[in-house]
Amino acid sequence: MVKPLFILHPPQVQRKSINPVLAVCWALGAWVATALPFLRVAPNRLLSGEPAYLVDLLLKNAGGIAAGLLVLVFLLGAVFAPPQRAMQWAVTALAAILMATLVWLAGSHASLVAQSQSPLTRTALGAGFWCLVALVWLICLDALLHLRLGPLPRLAVLVAVALPMVCVIALGFAQDLSIMKEYATRRDVFASAVLRHLQIVLLAVVPSLLLGLPLAWAMARRQRLRQALFPVLNVIQTIPSIALFGVLMAPLALLAATYPALAGAGIRGVGLAPAVLALVLYSLLPIVRSAVAGLDQVPLAATTSALAMGMAPLQIFWHVQLPLALPVLLLGLRVAVVQTIGLAAVTALVGAGGLGALMFDGLFSAANELVVLGVVPIVLLAVLADAAFKALSAALEEPAQAVGVPA
Amino acid sequence: MIEFQNVSKSYNGAVAIDQLSLTIARGEFVVLIGPSGSGKSTALKMINRMVDHDSGRILLDGEEIYSFNVRDLRRRMGYAIQSVGLFPHWTVERNIATVPQLLGWDRLRIEQRVTELLSLFAMEPAQYRTRYPHQLSGGQQQRVGVARALAADPAVLLMDEPFGALDPVTRAALQLELKRIHQESGKTIVLVTHDIDEALLLATRIVLLNHGSVVQAASPLDLLSNPASDFVFDFVGRADRGIKLLSLRPILPWVKSNQASNARLGMPMIASAATAREALSAMAAKGVSVLQVTDAQGISVGCVDAADLLASGHG
Repeated sequence: MVKPLFILHPPQVQRKSINPVLAVCWALGAWVATALPFLRVAPNRLLSGEPAYLVDLLLKNAGGIAAGLLVLVFLLGAVFAPPQRAMQWAVTALAAILMATLVWLAGSHASLVAQSQSPLTRTALGAGFWCLVALVWLICLDALLHLRLGPLPRLAVLVAVALPMVCVIALGFAQDLSIMKEYATRRDVFASAVLRHLQIVLLAVVPSLLLGLPLAWAMARRQRLRQALFPVLNVIQTIPSIALFGVLMAPLALLAATYPALAGAGIRGVGLAPAVLALVLYSLLPIVRSAVAGLDQVPLAATTSALAMGMAPLQIFWHVQLPLALPVLLLGLRVAVVQTIGLAAVTALVGAGGLGALMFDGLFSAANELVVLGVVPIVLLAVLADAAFKALSAALEEPAQAVGVPA
Repeated sequence: MIEFQNVSKSYNGAVAIDQLSLTIARGEFVVLIGPSGSGKSTALKMINRMVDHDSGRILLDGEEIYSFNVRDLRRRMGYAIQSVGLFPHWTVERNIATVPQLLGWDRLRIEQRVTELLSLFAMEPAQYRTRYPHQLSGGQQQRVGVARALAADPAVLLMDEPFGALDPVTRAALQLELKRIHQESGKTIVLVTHDIDEALLLATRIVLLNHGSVVQAASPLDLLSNPASDFVFDFVGRADRGIKLLSLRPILPWVKSNQASNARLGMPMIASAATAREALSAMAAKGVSVLQVTDAQGISVGCVDAADLLASGHG
């Protein structure tokens, strides 16, 4: 569900100073603020509600107009300014403030509505809000690319950028928003859903890694095995997830019926077992493919020397092959983890729980905000995992530069 | 020390080693040489069981090599190859320490050994021990490769075309270092090459292989002066065999003392450690037929005459 995010390449530093990314974001943002509903106000949870536009919210007081204009003018200036570091830092800081402000604007309007109208009234975040947050995030990423920070400082800045927004939410400024109301009524379920989601991901990726590494090791050595297994893994990848759950449910149910001990251990036709099994199978392809590619590029001379010096096969694997294959393996592991975080949402359909359960609850009861409450953490988890793996890969880059085969 | 007894090996019916018998004594520097496909590399790899033989026996110190645990056997022998095979993710120190670590040496002993070996190859230990292989030149990488092979002080050093990928200047320097190490340590070295000049320079005994068996095994001088067959004759270089012979002869026996010769000031000089080939080459370059010979301190010890050197081959 959640594919790896944007792959942006650092732009060439040019004297001709117009920033195309910022320009597009500026234009889109201006259009979104006027054309897409920032919020939707409905008399109750099930109706879709009246749109409220960002421009209208700002026009209600002079300060809002002034602040909005200031932001527009500053960003327009940044579009044409030379890409200096000070300017990029200013844009990054502005992005942090903007995101917090957007949440605060939405939250305070929701509070206003809640006080002036019936407490049943629901103020939901509209398409405009989500688009604007995404655009601001994009602007921030673009500024960070220009700053060319190391992996860890970059991660730290990203966290710092999100911090003001998190504070605004934590301080309760957003509590009258519909999504926060959904959260408030499901506070207990939410925390356990997140944990369950992480549990499903770990239960899928760890066994997949434990299974995939020896498999890749064998496949890297035997061409015939490689030719036989890759098509199988490829085919598994093309089976739609719901179909795979269905396929797995029948044999697992049969197993559980035949051996009650297994059923007691949680191996049943529905629940965690088919979900995790399917996700293990899905993760195998990226993990095995990257591990084989990684093992392939380990210099033959290194493994030959290791053998000739009297290392045991397992020692060669741990001390020579695995460290040298690790950078490539991590790329595959990153894909597997991000993919599993997304796919784990669907496992709610076979009763595995997790954030997908919230999402489907919302879908089946037509409560859009509940869907969003399930989806947003999934996206955040995927983004976090992706960033963490990127930082890990970058941290490994120093020894990885040594992988060049000696002449 | 190492003994091949009627060893044979074939790959899919093609014979690689054919009834090979060869005895290598302790302290010898044996160079296996031969054309491509002669089985020289295969024979080398049989010694540490990187290649298994089909029939016959190979003995190490009188014991069949299959009576050892294969990893123990390999740890008792140093092994260096053309592509070096340093571990790119390990520092020079850790690379050299590979076998000592496998043998469970303590840290202090390993550290001392690494210092010792880097000094042996004229690489400043403090400067180089923390470097990674990609930060070294090709020659330095191969020095570290040989140092790694020597790390656990093995009695036998196996080398498979170790200098094949190096430029001529670096190769010559490393050959001299290896020769010095052999003379100082008394290790048994088995080296594979296809370069006859390398073999003549390094070997105490050259073993010429063809089609998987020994054609002639002899000292460099013997091989050049008494080639056993036309094949040997061709291999050692039919046309410039004489020149190669000269390179095996030191000039010292033909140096005439200053009284007997008419040494003059300004006469071109050559070191007394030079070979006849070097002396004649210097004469050809300077356009003279007599050279003044100097000792290690640069003091003249006499003269050497082209005619004497050329006649020496038949003396």
